[in-house]
Amino acid sequence: MSVEYAAQILEGSHRAAARLISWLEDEDERAYECMRQLYPHTGRAYVIGITGSPGAGKSTLTNGLARVIRQSGLRVGIVAVDPSSPFTGGALLGDRVRMNDLADDPDIFIRSMATRGFLGGMAKAAADVVKVLDALGKDVILIETVGVGQDEVDIVDVADTTCVVLVPGLGDAIQSMKAGIMEIADVFVINKADHAGADMLNAEVCARIEMDAHLRKREWSAPVNKTVAVESVGLDEMWLSIESHRKYLLESGKFYDNRRERTSREALRMIHGELFRVVREQLEQSGRLDAAVEKLMAKKLDPYTLMRDTVTEWLSSSQCKRRHDEDTQS
Amino acid sequence: MAGKIKMIMAKPGLDGHDRGAKLLARVCAEAGMEVVYTGLRQTPEMIVAAAEQEDADVVGLSSLSGVHNYFFPKVVELMKQKGLNDVLLVGGGIIPEEDYDFLKKSGMNAIFGPGTPTTEIVDFIRTNVRKR
Repeated sequence: MSVEYAAQILEGSHRAAARLISWLEDEDERAYECMRQLYPHTGRAYVIGITGSPGAGKSTLTNGLARVIRQSGLRVGIVAVDPSSPFTGGALLGDRVRMNDLADDPDIFIRSMATRGFLGGMAKAAADVVKVLDALGKDVILIETVGVGQDEVDIVDVADTTCVVLVPGLGDAIQSMKAGIMEIADVFVINKADHAGADMLNAEVCARIEMDAHLRKREWSAPVNKTVAVESVGLDEMWLSIESHRKYLLESGKFYDNRRERTSREALRMIHGELFRVVREQLEQSGRLDAAVEKLMAKKLDPYTLMRDTVTEWLSSSQCKRRHDEDTQS
Repeated sequence: MAGKIKMIMAKPGLDGHDRGAKLLARVCAEAGMEVVYTGLRQTPEMIVAAAEQEDADVVGLSSLSGVHNYFFPKVVELMKQKGLNDVLLVGGGIIPEEDYDFLKKSGMNAIFGPGTPTTEIVDFIRTNVRKR
């Protein structure tokens, strides 16, 4: 069944894509065979991240940008992330409210995702969802992060171009000098540019960029765009900025370098996750975790020794060794 | 990880009263569901496209302006056309009891009128929702 889904997704089936995404969110085993089939068909779409504080206008901007992109005939996928409740696990996903004028365009696919406890401004499965939308035939994929503060920068692991959305009234020049989110912008967007303080914010952001250039030589300096998303002001210019960043990436060879780096990090992250899952399952099911925790609580064992012993034992276990032998033989 | 119930909460038609829909969206989120609120003034086509893209297990329709006998069956019909046959369809709002039968016959799984305890709605969804 999952194999059929892969074929259907490659033919553009929204329904098959939607179900596969649910499986990915649930970490359902059925997803992975399908993803294996789709993987060779990924890497074609251009991925744009839209990040910024809650209420900055990310959804409205995403909506407006999608409309601009659609005018050039490109197909658009949107991943919109909102937070899960840490208490109930539920979520109210409200990004679609701002995207109603895209709702019946068959060449747009919008998926709302909850963070499900994943930090960093993204949902855990977001990178995989991007692959699904890519295989589905979307040319540009917009990822709208959850409203972020200063340090949630996981979007850079997925997006080719990251747009940081700022709004006036959230702080003084010192805020714009800090590390974290201000550093990841390939394109700055000052939204609500008709509000008081927008010019001041613009000046502060430009000052930061100028300072950046003095501190370290950069090939790309983030342009600053002013937008009023609710009135569709400045969106064409924002798209031009993104396009010129894309052009820079392609011409400088950075595009390939960035994607290679990301592929490497993703592979390591997946191996890390699976190794941990297997070890944890074994420790929990054998009751050894409980026993060890008892010893830790009684201070008869320390976690540093436990960590070393567990890893050493795991690496020398017969199962592991057998696999190693098979690999070296073949 | 067990799958979470994904719900679309939508207001079809021109009716601008969304307090009930918003409250119920929060109630269902509190009950651990992932609820996509679509906002006001949805066409049946928009609602069904959202249900398809979000792989919704439940679609909740709210109507307070007397258009339920037109819009609810229209959503049912489009869902069927798209092959989304196993999605739970529930409706609520200001709906006269004499319309319940017609709406259920046309394919709505349940209608919840004013005064329904929210726990009843959550229980109904949990009991009747599909398994993915």
